[in-house]
Amino acid sequence: MPQYAVLVYEPGDPDWSVIDSAEKEEIMGEYGAFGATARAVIRGGAALYPATTATNVQVKGGKGGEVVTTDGPFAETKEVLTGFYLMECADLDEVIGWAAQIPAAWYNRVEIRPVIDLGDPAS
Amino acid sequence: MTQPAENNPGRAALDRLVRAEWPRVLASLVRSTGSFQLAEDALQDTVVRALDLWSNEGVPPEPRAWLIVAARRRAVDLLRREGKRTDKERASIDLLDRGDEPIPETEELGDDVLRLLFTCCHPTLAVETQTALALRSLCGLTTAEVARALLMSEAAMAKRLVRARQKIAVAGIPFRVPGPKELPQRLQGVLSTIYLLFNEGYHATAGEHPLRHQLTSESIRLAALVDEVLPGEVAVIGLRSLLYLQDARSTARLDAEGELVGLPDQDRSLWDLREIRAGMSLLGVALHHPSEFPHPYVAQAAIAACHDIAPTWEATNWAAIVSWYDALVAVADTPVVRLNRAIAIGELEGPSAGLAELERIEHLTSYPPFVTARAELLARAGRDAEARAEFRAAIELPGNDATKRELVRRLAESVESNPRTSADPDGT
Repeated sequence: MPQYAVLVYEPGDPDWSVIDSAEKEEIMGEYGAFGATARAVIRGGAALYPATTATNVQVKGGKGGEVVTTDGPFAETKEVLTGFYLMECADLDEVIGWAAQIPAAWYNRVEIRPVIDLGDPAS
Repeated sequence: MTQPAENNPGRAALDRLVRAEWPRVLASLVRSTGSFQLAEDALQDTVVRALDLWSNEGVPPEPRAWLIVAARRRAVDLLRREGKRTDKERASIDLLDRGDEPIPETEELGDDVLRLLFTCCHPTLAVETQTALALRSLCGLTTAEVARALLMSEAAMAKRLVRARQKIAVAGIPFRVPGPKELPQRLQGVLSTIYLLFNEGYHATAGEHPLRHQLTSESIRLAALVDEVLPGEVAVIGLRSLLYLQDARSTARLDAEGELVGLPDQDRSLWDLREIRAGMSLLGVALHHPSEFPHPYVAQAAIAACHDIAPTWEATNWAAIVSWYDALVAVADTPVVRLNRAIAIGELEGPSAGLAELERIEHLTSYPPFVTARAELLARAGRDAEARAEFRAAIELPGNDATKRELVRRLAESVESNPRTSADPDGT
């Protein structure tokens, strides 16, 4: 059976690690209900911290070149998210080391986003 | 920090004391709590309390130890009060609460400051964020002071700092000194952030004031702190020397009306001899480091030194300056370095030689100092119509108000013929 990465896009750059309004609480409830309903098909998933916490990794000059990191996402974005790895690393420096080995890092770019720990998304 | 320090000299002395202790105490707290935000919150509250308490009851015998103990207690209180802190932060409660974690020795605190420095200047943080964090966390400025220093509203600055600490926490920016392989490059990043802070104060690119002394003095303090916790690094010594040798001239860069004064016209008796001596002695140390090529900061410091020891603009040792620029081009070949080298050649060999060097530089045609330098050299070469056109072009480019007024004045002067170049007001 094929697997799909279903990516959730939202307006603005909401911080789902902070539930600071009744509206957010309601939406979180809806996600929880969806998780329970779709339990049979969900293999894994993650809510991401806001894009302000993102780090971009680019390897300049081809494989093995200089690793350049920048803060946040690029504003003018015509790119689409084509996949993601879930990695567990000690700190940002370690995950940058891995990200710099992904071919997209020298063909285009790789964005690292910390994952919010919400427990089991299918529970 | 509720009343203005200047109204109460006792309070000002206390403010200075607390600010001097801030980076070490904060760095120690970041390590023992594992959280940048918690450490900042706890220390901020503790400092407010300490200032009130100490102005009534006097300063305790060991203010640093007092601050560390009190801030640890405050961190425990804050953690208990808000259940929402992370597991990692909660885990640190036990340790702190037992109260048996010893007060770190000065050397350990130095290591913590070094870790904090590399955290604040981590390359995954935007440079504007690095400078704001450095001023807040390593220089101990309040959020309001950082906002004023970097020309932002306090609300926007508070938001930027909170976001920065959130990124450090959730993205896992490590609190450690980089390993030997990464260290040179990471140290270079730290030093360029400090130099950027200095330049933002020294050549303010926007706003009414062409000089923002707070930024220059804070960057000098910060460089001294780096030298203290990471001694013997030639890049650090070179940068410290450069900052002193440039800052020494800052008072003379503005006249009584707040107008910018170029290096040729400055009253050299206003130059700060104490800073010149400090810069020269550091330069001496840096030049004793054996290396085939000088570090770029050392070469720039040497150029600044040539200006600082010259009795007049005319009596400047231009041959020495040009040879230091040659050395600088060998290690840091940038269009701006070539621009300043061209100006020095213009002094050594005459305006036509300077103009010929300028012709070889690409990518700078809309950089205000380049256009100004061309204008000045054209004026000196007697090509008045071309000079006036260049001055007008320079005025149209972005810059602070005082620089523009200076250019308008030079345009007016160039209607008469002008004898000399002052396009490089700072010599580096």
